[in-house]
Amino acid sequence: MSAVIAGWSQDNRERARLILASYPEKRSAVMPLLYIASLEHEYVTEDAMREVAELTEISAVQVRSVASFYTMFKSNAVGDYLVSVCASISCHLLGADEVLAAVEKASGASAGETTEDGSISVERVECIGACGGAPAVQVNYELIEGVTPEKAKGLVKWLTDARPAVVLTDEMQQLFGGQRSFDWGSSEPEGATRPLPAFGPYGSAEVGR
Amino acid sequence: MTEMILTQRMTAHPSDSHTLSRYLDTGGYTALTKALDNMSEEEIVEEVKASNMRGRGGAGFPTGVKWGFLAPAQPRYLVVNCDESEPGTFNDRQLTERDPHQLLEGIIISSYALGVSHAFVYIRGEYPKAARRLQRAVDEAYEAGYLGEHIRGSEFSLDVTLHLGGGAYICGEETALLNSLEGKRGEPRLKPPFPAVEGLYAKPTIVNNVESISNIPWITANGGAAYASIGPERSAGTKMLSMSGHIRKPGNYEIVMGMTWRELIYEIGGGITDGKALKAWIPGGASSPWFVPDEHLDTLLTIDDVASNGSMVGAGAVIVMDETTNVVAAAHRLVRFFAHESCGQCTPCREGTSWMEAVLKRILDGNGRPEDIDLLLDISDNISPGLKWPPAMTTICPLGPSAVSPITSITRWFMPELEAIIAGSEVAVG
Repeated sequence: MSAVIAGWSQDNRERARLILASYPEKRSAVMPLLYIASLEHEYVTEDAMREVAELTEISAVQVRSVASFYTMFKSNAVGDYLVSVCASISCHLLGADEVLAAVEKASGASAGETTEDGSISVERVECIGACGGAPAVQVNYELIEGVTPEKAKGLVKWLTDARPAVVLTDEMQQLFGGQRSFDWGSSEPEGATRPLPAFGPYGSAEVGR
Repeated sequence: MTEMILTQRMTAHPSDSHTLSRYLDTGGYTALTKALDNMSEEEIVEEVKASNMRGRGGAGFPTGVKWGFLAPAQPRYLVVNCDESEPGTFNDRQLTERDPHQLLEGIIISSYALGVSHAFVYIRGEYPKAARRLQRAVDEAYEAGYLGEHIRGSEFSLDVTLHLGGGAYICGEETALLNSLEGKRGEPRLKPPFPAVEGLYAKPTIVNNVESISNIPWITANGGAAYASIGPERSAGTKMLSMSGHIRKPGNYEIVMGMTWRELIYEIGGGITDGKALKAWIPGGASSPWFVPDEHLDTLLTIDDVASNGSMVGAGAVIVMDETTNVVAAAHRLVRFFAHESCGQCTPCREGTSWMEAVLKRILDGNGRPEDIDLLLDISDNISPGLKWPPAMTTICPLGPSAVSPITSITRWFMPELEAIIAGSEVAVG
């Protein structure tokens, strides 16, 4: 494995190897590797882009052109909990602006900002595919549907006080959610430990309590 | 309404419809066995053609016909589009989270029929639970011999790779998706060449939506003719509709097309929240021109009837707006979405969408000018000349023209309200 990622954890180096092997061309691994690099570096740093470039055998500027295109690759440090409030049409019709205002007020961070203690980042996002359970919010991309301003306030307080090690969608839905887009069925054991989509092959998913 | 193809298992077995054991208990993977043991590749393609199923991703192109265009060169790829991002849609999320093996069996059968040995599923990054559920299904399928080398003792081998997106609506457009999967910016490609000839890595590639592929096991098991016999001839089969907004019973509904919009909204959807009056609805996601009660409640919900009335069923997203809705605010939300999601390649879209957003914003802020209406229409006309339906294109992909739909909708159906909002603004000059 490339010396450039010698500083990565052994698990993540192995994941990178498997990801590179799963595509016919190495460049296809850019996005998955950017997620893993974000896990290693907290966000998409210059070092992260250089490492991904070397692994995929393209230039760092090509990696930058990709990273800058997609909203989920963050070029700045993000809080421990990334609270994404959907404000697209269906959520808008059912009060998304009030939910966002409640999150901003409770956390003290406006959309696009991080709290001073680095615990919570707030962002306003476009449609996250939870329209039947509008208004919807994600924490580290784990979903809560049917959120009210009051529940949103409670969510921020809970994140601040309880500081869950693994963010679980069913737990948050039970505590702070309401109307769902559909019956979720049985609960989902894995969740997010970082503000990254929790997905085993990318190293970002962990089983909750 | 009695027909259920896609949601049968998750409805009957809500707690474990996503597991391999439940899938096998309920007839899962028998269609694959039938395909591998008793059907040639061509026979499966013929059944899919005979099903008359039109692609569920939005464009409504017949899936079997698309398959027929696949060029003979090898290697070739199947790419499943689970980048569901059209505002108002959430049905692929349910199909992937709740019945991932149904999708996976569809992928395996389709890959066999198309001569594919490596399939990809592009899942939007904001759907990590769907990705986890599908990855577990993939892992179970490898373990059980439904994926990998010599599947169920046959000559057919297949690998499936899941790929998470990075938060870009445009990657739902198939050529943008392919660029993204190649590790590039998600910018749509000029067509032709079409992906079936030059797709992923410039190799022949079929890109199909999750719902389309989820229908393949049923079509394989029951035959294309059985599928074609459900519903209207040119809107065959069942369709997942996502209902949201001011509707009493929001959610996904697997329906047979051919009912009226009145039946859909008032019977299936339970009517408008709090008994309010219906003002307008968006019949097929953010990109589609709006329908209004006086004109369209008795229009039939079929792909062709909706199209001949100037809109589209699209990916099946119905967004309902009640009488209290500020239609200018709603249009602004929609246009802001497209402005945010424009990839920036084509000038009319890149400049036009953000300009329209700015104009709508100033109207909402009380700074509208009477000439803003003509300005909005003029910008729209520059993106999509003639403001016709289906829209004329000045751009590589349909995103720009989609942003025109909210403008033509409010100017067509709600002009007095738009004028009143502008007239009521403090700095409006005559």
